[in-house]
Amino acid sequence: MLRKLVISTAAAATLALSSGVALAAGGERHVEDYDFAHEGPFGRFDQTQLQRGLQVYTQVCSACHGLRYVPLRTLSDEGGPGLSEDEVRAYIEQNYIEVYDADLQDWRPATPNDHFPGPSMQGAPDLSLMTKARAGFTGPYGLALNPLFKGMGGSEYVASLLTHYTGSEKEEFGSILYGNETYGGYFAMSPPLWDGAVEYGDGTEATVEQMALDVASFLTWTAEPKLMARKQMGFTAILMLGLLAVMLYLTNKRIWAPVKSRAKGYPAE
Amino acid sequence: MSGIPHDHYEPKTNGEKWLHRRLPIAALMYDTLMIPTPKNLNWMWIWGIVLVFCLVMQIITGIILVMHYTPHVDMAFASVEHIMRNVNGGWAIRYIHQNGASLFFIAVYLHIFRGLYYGSYKAPREITWIIGMLIYLLMMGTAFMGYVLPWGQMSFWGATVITGLFGAIPFVGDAIQTWLLGGPAVDNATLNRFLSLHYLLPFVILGLVIVHVWAFHTTGNNNPTGVEVRRTSRKEADADTLPFWPYFVIKDLFALAVILVAFFAIVGFMPNFLGHPDNYIEANPLATPAHIVPEWYFLPFYAILRAFDGEVWLVILVNFLTAGIVDAKFFGVIAMFGAIIVMALAPWLDTSSVRSGRYRPMFKWWFWIFVVNFFVLMWAGAMPAEGIYPYIALIGSAYWFAYFLVILPLLGVIEKPLAQPATIEEDFNAHYGKTGGSGGAAAPTPAE
Repeated sequence: MLRKLVISTAAAATLALSSGVALAAGGERHVEDYDFAHEGPFGRFDQTQLQRGLQVYTQVCSACHGLRYVPLRTLSDEGGPGLSEDEVRAYIEQNYIEVYDADLQDWRPATPNDHFPGPSMQGAPDLSLMTKARAGFTGPYGLALNPLFKGMGGSEYVASLLTHYTGSEKEEFGSILYGNETYGGYFAMSPPLWDGAVEYGDGTEATVEQMALDVASFLTWTAEPKLMARKQMGFTAILMLGLLAVMLYLTNKRIWAPVKSRAKGYPAE
Repeated sequence: MSGIPHDHYEPKTNGEKWLHRRLPIAALMYDTLMIPTPKNLNWMWIWGIVLVFCLVMQIITGIILVMHYTPHVDMAFASVEHIMRNVNGGWAIRYIHQNGASLFFIAVYLHIFRGLYYGSYKAPREITWIIGMLIYLLMMGTAFMGYVLPWGQMSFWGATVITGLFGAIPFVGDAIQTWLLGGPAVDNATLNRFLSLHYLLPFVILGLVIVHVWAFHTTGNNNPTGVEVRRTSRKEADADTLPFWPYFVIKDLFALAVILVAFFAIVGFMPNFLGHPDNYIEANPLATPAHIVPEWYFLPFYAILRAFDGEVWLVILVNFLTAGIVDAKFFGVIAMFGAIIVMALAPWLDTSSVRSGRYRPMFKWWFWIFVVNFFVLMWAGAMPAEGIYPYIALIGSAYWFAYFLVILPLLGVIEKPLAQPATIEEDFNAHYGKTGGSGGAAAPTPAE
């Protein structure tokens, strides 16, 4: 909690004046084409990675950002981080998640049916849909071939953003902005990750890149919680419709055979 | 119907006779399904069925979506996320509806291009064509308003830009814009009326589709040769046609199944490929996106709209002649709607007596340039209006108008068409007969 407090205080100080100001992005954007377990038609979420990503989100990102569209109970849904219902309740308790209750006109501890809190700092965007709201891959020349073959690249964008700080800073209107290759310019978020920023329970080494990939994967799940069910539906639909197409093809051939046979000058069957 | 001699419904049982005397609905269905159809229709004649399927699919998924959607500026975006996360199968319904719009437009463009190539718009099918253009306009309106409903950034700013077009109309523009929006800017009133109209228009489209089908069932289908079905005797009509059921229903359903395989590959594996990432950011009237881009199916017309800026001499001239009433903005709006109007007038602009592009050697070239130009315009519409892109859009727009206003009228006069087959039967036998494939040349028919 102390770490969270330090991060939020530091971030709040830098953002105090620049919050909400759209900052002009210039220059080339660089998005690293990372490999994710959930990519491609056969891609599935790596459940342990989602759990690690949840940890990074909770201990680092949630200091400023929020997930206002994500119900807490979905942490135990199929195709997600796969926490048990008890673990979800424990998660809420351990992280002191509170929601404002309009009926009570007061704050109260969250229940699994409540959503994650929204952003706690003005200017920090909500992250629920961030991996769908950013296109990592575009073009070339407006032809949309890159997203066709590489995917939309939202997960890659988030992971790249977290790992591609240039290290340069500049002051603008009294606040410090940080250079970032993926953003393609300077923006207000200070580098949020450093090696060992979290301590993973499963023994994975918490390098900046590892944490960035984990949280990007987690945020892909928050944006598209039904991703695995969706791909499953894709396969089922293609299989059934493919079968239907084959049967209709054969039916069509059979129906037209006498007509075409007559055209050849043979008597109809 | 259709004046082509064919079997008519005869009520057989007493029950059928009872019903037929009171409501000849079975006869209507029989005549609709058994309509004599030229037997040489190729695979470009499947899009009608695909379009009917799209309309029904959009209406059904839409009715379900609206049960869970909240048309309020504070709740619309969250209610869409509620559909995506909490409603059983909501994500599937919503992605099907969202991508269904794209399938609808792919099908309608191919349907229109089919009509343009094979001269389906020519007499006596002008009304079918005009109704089709009305359906297409309503589709665009419906799709545009549907895109506003999720209340993302592109929804909001797209609505702002497009309704702003009406503000360009001289004298009454501002009043019309305010009336359309229900206020001075895109807001809750706009969202509510767009939902209302987005729900209404598909049923208007459905009504027009019935008229569209009625019209071409009266004239009979066009076909790849453009040669009319022989109506002089039953025997000749039978040699040229086959009943719609089962020959074309099964063929069309087969094509539909194949198309749906591709459709569900998109829905299942890349449902957001055709959308814009900015629409996953809630609408914010204070933050304008860097590039406001409409959905892909509007891009060619968006390019035409933007092509005529204040630096084009024609725009400057018109501006001068009308004493500033038609400024660059209004000129762009006229050009955009004009592009669809000239297409609707194709039956009267095309002077050639030959219907099918198959027998028009010069027309073919101009037609394929028109198709390529359509994609160039689509691409130009997606690019920022700077650098070379406005010039490309301008050339593309000029070609669009030239095609309908200059090329089609002139070709009819200067072009020397190839010989057409005498009958549809001849074309069909040439294609499937022993000598097959060469097309146009009559095949021997030993059976006779």
